[in-house]
Amino acid sequence: MMDGEKGCAPRVSLWELFWVMFKIGAFTVGGGYAMLLVIQRELTSRKWISEEDFPDLIALSQAAPGLLAVNISIFAGYKVRGNAGAVVATLGSCMPPFLIILIIAAVFGGYADNPYVVKAFKGMRPAVVALIAVPMIKMARAGCKAWWQWAVAAVALALVAFLEVSPVYILVVVIVIGVMFAVLREGRGKQ
Amino acid sequence: MIFWELFWHFFIIGLFTIGGGYAMLPLIRHEVVAEHRWITDQMFTDMVAISQMTPGPIGINTATYIGYSVVHGMGYGQFLSVLGSFTATFAVVLPSFLIVLAICRVYTRFNHSTIFTGTMSWLRPCVAGLIGAAAVILITPENFIDWKSWVIFVASFLVTMFTKFNPILTLLVCAGIGLLVY
Repeated sequence: MMDGEKGCAPRVSLWELFWVMFKIGAFTVGGGYAMLLVIQRELTSRKWISEEDFPDLIALSQAAPGLLAVNISIFAGYKVRGNAGAVVATLGSCMPPFLIILIIAAVFGGYADNPYVVKAFKGMRPAVVALIAVPMIKMARAGCKAWWQWAVAAVALALVAFLEVSPVYILVVVIVIGVMFAVLREGRGKQ
Repeated sequence: MIFWELFWHFFIIGLFTIGGGYAMLPLIRHEVVAEHRWITDQMFTDMVAISQMTPGPIGINTATYIGYSVVHGMGYGQFLSVLGSFTATFAVVLPSFLIVLAICRVYTRFNHSTIFTGTMSWLRPCVAGLIGAAAVILITPENFIDWKSWVIFVASFLVTMFTKFNPILTLLVCAGIGLLVY
């Protein structure tokens, strides 16, 4: 699948690759998952990625660290035009949010004390917390099947929220434990 | 030096973001608010709101915004602030870029190895807990000023949880409510 430039489509120009990724970056509003369908349509209609390969691409993009939409664009860029394609695709998908936020950051500083802005943000802040709480619950429901998984979630939450432990340490420890258990179980399965 | 620190912290944030944009929030919050006090929890909440409402993956938006604000907040000019934005955004994408390219070279087809799925069975609950922690931490007196805040919280939670209502519209409606009641 990931065989660099030996794709099925004719050689794609780097400019076209950049432009398609730019569009994906510009229209991915509110997180990567919402836009998976749009990304799929953009990539498969151009035959850059086949319909059958798309689920693999998603799985790989989720397994790699980072942001889903960006990872997909790196994979697709590499598939279409090798290393240069990966660079161009990453630039393309990151540029729209980068530019838009720069403008907002530069302008918002001047309006932060405006009474209307202050009121609007007073209304939005509790909603932001709700918007973070919902994916947490959805992820917990999807990822916690056994009691010990709920325990992992609860301990991670408590350590970070109440003891200010760095999430990085917790992730490292959980990865080490997870790999150890998986290796042990596989070893036992082979005996 | 501030640019090196931005680079290093956002590199770590990018490296440990497992499970998409929301998984990045507890990491950013810890590195930027708890560790360095570059910004306050309230500013962090505002940045998440702005990132949600603008196009682009939320992690890129927050990195760009924080990179700018941190350098700007230290009294540097526009150009260096933009450089701060660039540093944070570049650093947050770099780990993905390197790892995805490595995977491209190694794998020919995605391998659902038992070790990978076994490790993920530990990681998924952990990430859910970390995101939950970010939500709990942001329930501060500054973000929840009175009972009206709690009404907004419960209402937007229920709407997001049980309907397909667009989160951007949710935020805009709440901004409108803020203008009316405060």
